[in-house]
Order: sequence, then C-alpha cells, then structure tokens
Amino acid sequence: MAKLRNLPAYVGRSFLGGVGAVGGTTLFMLLGVSRIFSSAKIFPRTFRQLYVIGYQSLFVILLIGIFCGMVIGLQGYYTLVRFGSVGLLGSAVSLTLIRELGPVLTAIMLTGRAGSSMAAEIGVMRITDQIDALDVMGIHPMSYLVSPRLLAAVISFPLLTAVFDVIGIVGGYLTGVLMLDINEGAYFYRIASSVEMSDVAGGFIKALVFGLLVTTVCCRQGYNTHRRRDSAGPEAVGNATTSAVVISCVLILASDYVLTSFLL
Amino acid sequence: MHKWDIEFVHLDAGYGERAVLRDICAALPAGRISVILGGSGCGKSTLLKHIIGLSQPMGGTVRIGGQDFFALKAAAFRRVRRQMGVLFQDGALLGALSLAENVTLPLSEHLALPKPLLREAALRVLGMVGLQDFADYYPNQLSGGMRKRAGLARAIIAEPRILLCDEPTSGLDPVTAARMDELLLSMHEQFADMTLVVVSHDLASFRAIAEHALVLRDGRVIFSGRPDELERGEDPYVRQFLQRQSGDQGQTQRAALNPLARAALDAWLAS
Repeated sequence: MAKLRNLPAYVGRSFLGGVGAVGGTTLFMLLGVSRIFSSAKIFPRTFRQLYVIGYQSLFVILLIGIFCGMVIGLQGYYTLVRFGSVGLLGSAVSLTLIRELGPVLTAIMLTGRAGSSMAAEIGVMRITDQIDALDVMGIHPMSYLVSPRLLAAVISFPLLTAVFDVIGIVGGYLTGVLMLDINEGAYFYRIASSVEMSDVAGGFIKALVFGLLVTTVCCRQGYNTHRRRDSAGPEAVGNATTSAVVISCVLILASDYVLTSFLL
Repeated sequence: MHKWDIEFVHLDAGYGERAVLRDICAALPAGRISVILGGSGCGKSTLLKHIIGLSQPMGGTVRIGGQDFFALKAAAFRRVRRQMGVLFQDGALLGALSLAENVTLPLSEHLALPKPLLREAALRVLGMVGLQDFADYYPNQLSGGMRKRAGLARAIIAEPRILLCDEPTSGLDPVTAARMDELLLSMHEQFADMTLVVVSHDLASFRAIAEHALVLRDGRVIFSGRPDELERGEDPYVRQFLQRQSGDQGQTQRAALNPLARAALDAWLAS
C-alpha cells in the first residue's frame, strides 16, 4: 500500500529527472559547440580526434558495410525474384543504404567504437582529478575535451556514412551481380536512376545529427562520472560507459524516426 | 593583510546536503609553509578544494589576499586562480601527454611561445624536481613518487604565488617522502614570497616542513598556530594524533566465526 502511495511521487521524480537530463544534455551540447568558436587551439585537437573517431574506425565501417550490403543484396534478390523484378535490386540496395541503414549503422558502430572510448577516457580523467587540474590551469575542460570531439564527429560521421554507403553498394554488387548473376548494367543503371540528391542529403543530415547526439551523450556521461549515484570510482567509469552506449543507441533510433518523418 | 594570505571566514562546506566542514575560521599566513593536518575524512581535501575554488561553500567564504574569492567576477576569479599552482594527490598528469608536454601545459595553452622555448622551460622545472631525463616519458611509465614530482613541476612552472599540495607524501616510501619534503623546502627557498599550503597526515613531513599548522577534527578547526605550540598543546586529540595513538589502545576483539563457515574454511584450507 505504501508503495502504491509512493507511485505518483516516483513517476513525478522520474519525469522531472528525464526533463532535467534532456535540458542538461542540450546545455552541454550548446556549451560544447559555443566553445568551438572561442578555443584558440581547437584545430590540432580536432585533428587528433579525427584520427581517433574517423581513421581508426574506418576498418570496422568497411567490414560492416560490405557484409551489410551483401545481406541486403541477398535478401533483396529473393524478395524481388518473387515479383519478377530482380532488375530493381540496385535501387533497393542503394536507397536502403543511403536513406536508412548507412547513417544508422555507422552511428551505432561509431558509438560502440569511438563513443564508448570517449566516455571511458573522460570518466577516468574525472576520477583521477585530471579535469580539475585542467580547470585550475585555466584551461576550460569543455574546450579541451568536448569541443574538439564534437567538431571531429560532425566531420567524420557523414564521411564514414558515405564510405559505408559506397562499400555497401559494392557488397550488393558482389551478391547480386557476381553471385546471383543479375545484369551488371541494370544494377548500376537502377542506382543512378533511383537515387536523388535529396536522398544523399537526407542521409548526411541524419549522420550529422547522430554525430552531435552520440558525442554529446558520451562526453557528458564521462564528464559527470563523479556525480553518479549508483557507483563511484572505476565502477562509475564502467557504468558511465554502458549508459553512454545505451542512451546513444536509443537516441539514434528515436531521432532517426523523427528525422525520417521530416525528410520524407 | 599581506597580498596572498588565505583566510577562512565561517566557512561551511560539504557535498550535496552533507556538511563536511563547519564554521571554519582560520588564516594561513602569506609566504609561509602551512600544513593542514587531520585524520582521514576530517575534511582536509574539501578545504583545499575551496581554496582552489573547485567547490562552492555552503556558507561563509574564503578570502585570498583580503578579497572574497567566491564573490569575485569571472575575470578577477581567473586572475587570482592564475596565481595558484596545485599538486594533486596522484599528480593528475594527463595520460595522453608526455612529461614535458604535461608540465608546459599551463604555458602552451595561454602563451604563444615557440616550441624550443617551451621545451627549455620544461627541462628547467623537470630539472628542479630531478626528472630532466624523463621529459619524453608518459605518466604511466613512471612510479607514484615520480608522478608526484612531475605534478609539482607542473604546479610551479608558472611561478605561482600560492602553491597547494594535496597529500604530497602519501603512498611514498620514507626515503622518497623525505625527498619530496626537501623539494618543497627548496621551492620555498627559491620562491620566498610563495604561500605554500600542504594537506597531510604525515607527521614526519609536518615536522620537517611546517611553519604554521592547522588541525582539523570532524570538520572543525581545533588548532591554528605555530608547530611548536601544537607540539606543546594539551588537547587530548592533538596529543593522540602527534603520538600516533589510536585512542582505543589498539585493542581489537576477535569475534568467533560462524561454526559452519569455520568448518567450510578449514576444509578448504586443508584441501
């Protein structure tokens, strides 16, 4: 009975907590973005983050992209063959990748590879006083840690999405043309005739938004490691990393739905 | 009041709603080595965080050079902060940077100095703490004592007027701890105007370097004054603390283990 009486209070607290988290994350992102323009040494740090987020993630993106394209090619072929329209395989593979799977899967892969490492690295810096040390030295921790990552993510997420799309189309080619014997010319003709600039732009807009969301969430989780109520010390870093990945993945899929509604 | 005196004015501090320090009223004189003493969890590090301005007080304030530190506007706050160097407990060196890059970080961030000049400045301060041969090492390649010395080098590179050290000798062997004390004394000789504040519970270190003592117990100041006055003090806790007595005569009662657990443990030990 007492638990039932506490239910409204619990719901209210959870709601307020959720609103606070959304507000806090938005402010964190705005502060991080504003610091891009006021930080004198943003570019050398951004280049380092481009290497970490972009270059070091390239191999995994290529790997996932090729298999993803091959699976879509295979599934698409056996679906289209029922309707006698295997010639449309090029359109199916390219539109699925460019509009939807490219940005979403790239963002999810980057969350696992780069986002988790951001949360863990910043979390360790927090619990070992390194962020306090930056503050004492007059170096704004947001300028030093968050803004370069945000800028690097805004650059590398769309580029890696483009790589994913292209390699996915190659994967579809491998299954459709080389293994299942679809006409090569028809495959590429359908891609050229069905993909429009708005599809490509929509995919890039999604990648850009996902980049901002993932980086903000992962950096914020690491940055606030010391404020966690469920744990402290190294355990808090682990929990912050897990939260960063889970929240980012949920946000990617939820925002994908919203963006798709606007872009279609 | 001298320019870099530190004064606590009815300072209440804590985390969330939990008060750790209550009504702290004391002063740390400028140009001297002050040691803040006290047992674990008495609020020493919390007090230090308030001197640096990393935490906001729950009540009262900290005056630095007569100015209410927490009432200063952002630019003035940063100006006062610039005069502080801090040695954190484990050095707090940035893992991604070499020692030379770590110690010159305050300079490379704020001044447009050429790289050779920064390198020279790094080697100069690393030389002062005996680490000139380790300039290109990364923090994870160094021992705890070396990391602390590197942290000290970073704290002094901008020649601050206030140097704050959080447990500089904790976790160090007696020889390395004595070397750290000598380093602090040599810093004090080289920068005579520097106000040095050391948070510690290391009695040997306190006796080696202190010119002023502040003793905390359960979040309150129980002594503030000269070390010789402290040594002559009659306060029972202070006596206990200085003589390293536990207060419960070190007796512990051995509680019997549950018979079932005892039998299982014996069987495992015998297996």
